[in-house]
Amino acid sequence: MTDNYLKLEFLSLACNQAFARDAVAAFCVYKNPSLSVISDIKTAVSEAVANCAVHAYGGEAGPVMVECDMQGDLLHISVTDRGRGIEDVQKALQPFYTTLPGDERSGMGFTIMQTFMDEFSVQSQRGEGTVVRMAKQLNAEVENV
Amino acid sequence: MPNPARKGVVSFIGSKLKEDEKVKVLSSLSGGALILKPCGEMDEYSAPSARAACDELIARAPAARKVIVDLSGMTFMDSSGIGFLIGRYKKARAAGKAMYVSSPDLAADKVLSLSGVYSLIPRADK
Repeated sequence: MTDNYLKLEFLSLACNQAFARDAVAAFCVYKNPSLSVISDIKTAVSEAVANCAVHAYGGEAGPVMVECDMQGDLLHISVTDRGRGIEDVQKALQPFYTTLPGDERSGMGFTIMQTFMDEFSVQSQRGEGTVVRMAKQLNAEVENV
Repeated sequence: MPNPARKGVVSFIGSKLKEDEKVKVLSSLSGGALILKPCGEMDEYSAPSARAACDELIARAPAARKVIVDLSGMTFMDSSGIGFLIGRYKKARAAGKAMYVSSPDLAADKVLSLSGVYSLIPRADK
């Protein structure tokens, strides 16, 4: 059951990447998570929002929505864009896969989101956009270090 | 802009920070090593300016035999940091220099370990 909720909507400008990850981190602070957990969440959100700017909208400004749903100590995050969508999600999830190899991109964004968060899924429709859903236990007894 | 040389940087040779740059890069030469210290947050927004600044500093130090990227000034780093380091590694190798990384915080170390960057760019401080 939801006991706290946050919704952010902003343009997919690169300068909003820090705003998004810091806002989500600030939202979690009242649960007193460890610095390691906060760091994981910030990194995962940063990756998801960067994907919106770089891949979904190809550098153009489009709407990005970040929602956080706190259920006890479990934080659910969704990052939604209405951009071009992902042609092959399974391929995009492979480590080091990138459609922009010439831009010094590592192709590790989804791998980092998967590894740093406890739950992760991607839903994408060509021409309609992408939703990345993630969840993180904020007070896990054993942290994912 | 404050002079970083006054903050204890040994053999300070320069820094790069223009108005449109988001990561300040301090540099020093020590024993044939060019030490680059990017300071700030490394993400999609800031990585291009960090790349340009480091490339210019590497080009200005032809005598350096190795490049050490000191990450102790980074307060955040996502996968753009991986691309940044591998890109500089390629440039350093093309110029005949070895490259190392030092002092990542726990979060940066987690990103770099996951990506296998250390197999290309070893830690200088371990």
